[in-house]
Amino acid sequence: MPTIWLVVSLFVLSAIGYFVGRNRALQSAGGDTRDLHSLPIYYGMNVALTALIPALSVLVIWVLAQPMIIDTQVSRTIPAELIPESSTRGLVMSDVRRVAEGLDLAVSLGGMTEADSQAINAETTDVRARLGEYGVALGSDVRPEVLKAAQTYRNLTATASLAMNLVVAVLAIGGLAFAYSKTHKDFRARNVVERGVLALLIFAASLAILTTVGIVFSMLFETLNFFSLHDWKDFFLGTTWAPNFRGDSELSILPLLWGTLYISFIALLVAVPVGLFAAVYLSEYASGATRAFAKPLLEILAGIPTIVYGLFALLTVGPMLVRVFGRGDNGLLGVEWMAGATSVLTAGIVMGIMLIPFVSSLSDDIINAVPQSMRDGSLGLGATKSETVRQVVLPAALPGIVGAVLLAASRAIGETMIVVMGAGAIAKFSLNPLESMTTITTRIVSQLTGDTDFASPETLVAFALGLTLFVLTLGLNVLALLIVRKYREQYE
Amino acid sequence: MNDMTLVERDVETRKTKISATDVQVYYGETHAIKDVNVEIEEKTVTAFIGPSGCGKSTFLRCLNRMNDTIDVCRVQGKILLDGENIYDKRVDPVQLRAKVGMVFQKPNPFPKSIYDNVAYGPRIHGLARDKADLDDIVEKSLRRGAIWNEVKDRLDAPGTGLSGGQQQRLCIARAVATEPEVLLMDEPCSALDPIATAQVEELIDELRQSYSVVIVTHSMQQAARVSQKTAFFHLGNLVEFGETGQIFTNPRDPRTESYITGRIG
Repeated sequence: MPTIWLVVSLFVLSAIGYFVGRNRALQSAGGDTRDLHSLPIYYGMNVALTALIPALSVLVIWVLAQPMIIDTQVSRTIPAELIPESSTRGLVMSDVRRVAEGLDLAVSLGGMTEADSQAINAETTDVRARLGEYGVALGSDVRPEVLKAAQTYRNLTATASLAMNLVVAVLAIGGLAFAYSKTHKDFRARNVVERGVLALLIFAASLAILTTVGIVFSMLFETLNFFSLHDWKDFFLGTTWAPNFRGDSELSILPLLWGTLYISFIALLVAVPVGLFAAVYLSEYASGATRAFAKPLLEILAGIPTIVYGLFALLTVGPMLVRVFGRGDNGLLGVEWMAGATSVLTAGIVMGIMLIPFVSSLSDDIINAVPQSMRDGSLGLGATKSETVRQVVLPAALPGIVGAVLLAASRAIGETMIVVMGAGAIAKFSLNPLESMTTITTRIVSQLTGDTDFASPETLVAFALGLTLFVLTLGLNVLALLIVRKYREQYE
Repeated sequence: MNDMTLVERDVETRKTKISATDVQVYYGETHAIKDVNVEIEEKTVTAFIGPSGCGKSTFLRCLNRMNDTIDVCRVQGKILLDGENIYDKRVDPVQLRAKVGMVFQKPNPFPKSIYDNVAYGPRIHGLARDKADLDDIVEKSLRRGAIWNEVKDRLDAPGTGLSGGQQQRLCIARAVATEPEVLLMDEPCSALDPIATAQVEELIDELRQSYSVVIVTHSMQQAARVSQKTAFFHLGNLVEFGETGQIFTNPRDPRTESYITGRIG
């Protein structure tokens, strides 16, 4: 029975539970809702949730855990000496899984009976050919031990699925019966449901945090793999980024970090003044009508996919900069400083444009949070509007604005598509903003999308880069949040 | 209440500082102030009393054109400061507000040091020739605000760190630092405890030596204690305006009597 039907029947059972619970509560009160401790809906919800939640949670955990446990068990049955030298245990296990799936398919298509699939023997039958009839393509002939493992795998899966269905059904029905038996007019169903809702909220909150932890760990393991293959001193302290396939790559983060920070710096140089001035205009000077019109318009910028910004960099900004700074005598300045469209300046300007709504929208909120009494105080002393903004409003909002800028900086550092298309691919230390440079994010993309061996340091370096980037932006975000929080305490 | 024997207070005629004639104020469609005529004398404390929402704060804010900052607010009529219409096109509201200072209901020190709070006005108006001059102005203003002794050792501390009463006196010091001719106070004691209130009231009485003070208050005792003239507002109308002693002991209008005896409000 596919798991989906189990889920559907769980929900049906829970719906039934809702009505029987509600009715029982009403009956116990003689049909008078005023005699109930809680509204009838709470009694129904109590029964429905008690039937549904434990069963559903067990189902989810089981579905996630079952393949892992069975994998380990089956893997243990394959002796180490039977694993070919060119292969690994993981590869053999994926063969096993594919054969098992093939047998499943063959049985479900009616080409094999269940008994056949158990009795089939690799020494007498060409398993690869037979499974091929059902559209299951196998890379090599099926060896006896793989077939045997596959059969074990299928048996274990079948048993486990049966056990799962049973356990879940018992839990659901048991939960329903338990809650039903407790349903009585004096039962505090409302409080119980309230606790259930609280648990749901806690679950949602912890899910987000656990995901972050999961991301960090998955990166951490691959990063440790990388450092076991590559010297950490070269990674953190080296000066050259030169991956190659001979195995003596120089993989240092520093040139990439330089490119990243340089481009982010230029982006902030564009985004902070423009965004801040826009925010000051919108929150202090613009009339209600202008604000209602201009603010959403500015925020549309934030909704543009970054790949579109990348195209803008590649097709418009880059060539425009070349026309100004390049082409020798044909250019606008008559200089030959810029050769190609990709450069630090191109990526920086476009990324800055991308960050403008980010900075302006955050700063606008922060400026609006400055109490009106501050402005009144300044205006009442005979200050003009711009003096008030410069000397009272902005200083009062400064910590929040710094926080906004740091958040923008961490977005700039993590930005990928714009730099992939606008910055170029050469890793170097240079102060010239008209040269192309590369960033951490672009290198992660290029190291992972090639067809190199996944276990080589050239690929694994992507995880080390990713983790460094994560730590960097995390640090910036934490700093920004600390500053913003400190600011918030000031007026409450 | 000794304060009520105000009939014998000094009532010599003084020069008129502000004269308002037929002032109307509209908030969008609402007619907030109707036909108000008031003469505010120099070196006098004038109190505006009346129930909440009667327009006394609105009228106060007309006197230094703070209502200009509210989009939907329109002011009609004539308000003369030293014979010059402040709503004339040639008058710069920014210059006007330097001459007509304002202290607000809630203490609103800027998030700057105490020194910078007081120096703010003199700096933007260029009142000080040099640093020493500015120091003098700050000290003089803080003394006038009756807070010098409490803060003289920590002028660099943030103004927001003071207690509520100190903050309000700092705001008064900040307002007098620009040498205004008139000081408008919008319920300056409503956020303060009785001790701080007493300090501020004492201060108001001293300020009367040099300025014309207009104070909006909900406390009739306060009006009786600090003011020489009292105006009673009700539903946007100026009901009665006269000597404080006369208003509190012998009101001419039955509405004034009802209000000061606590029957309407």
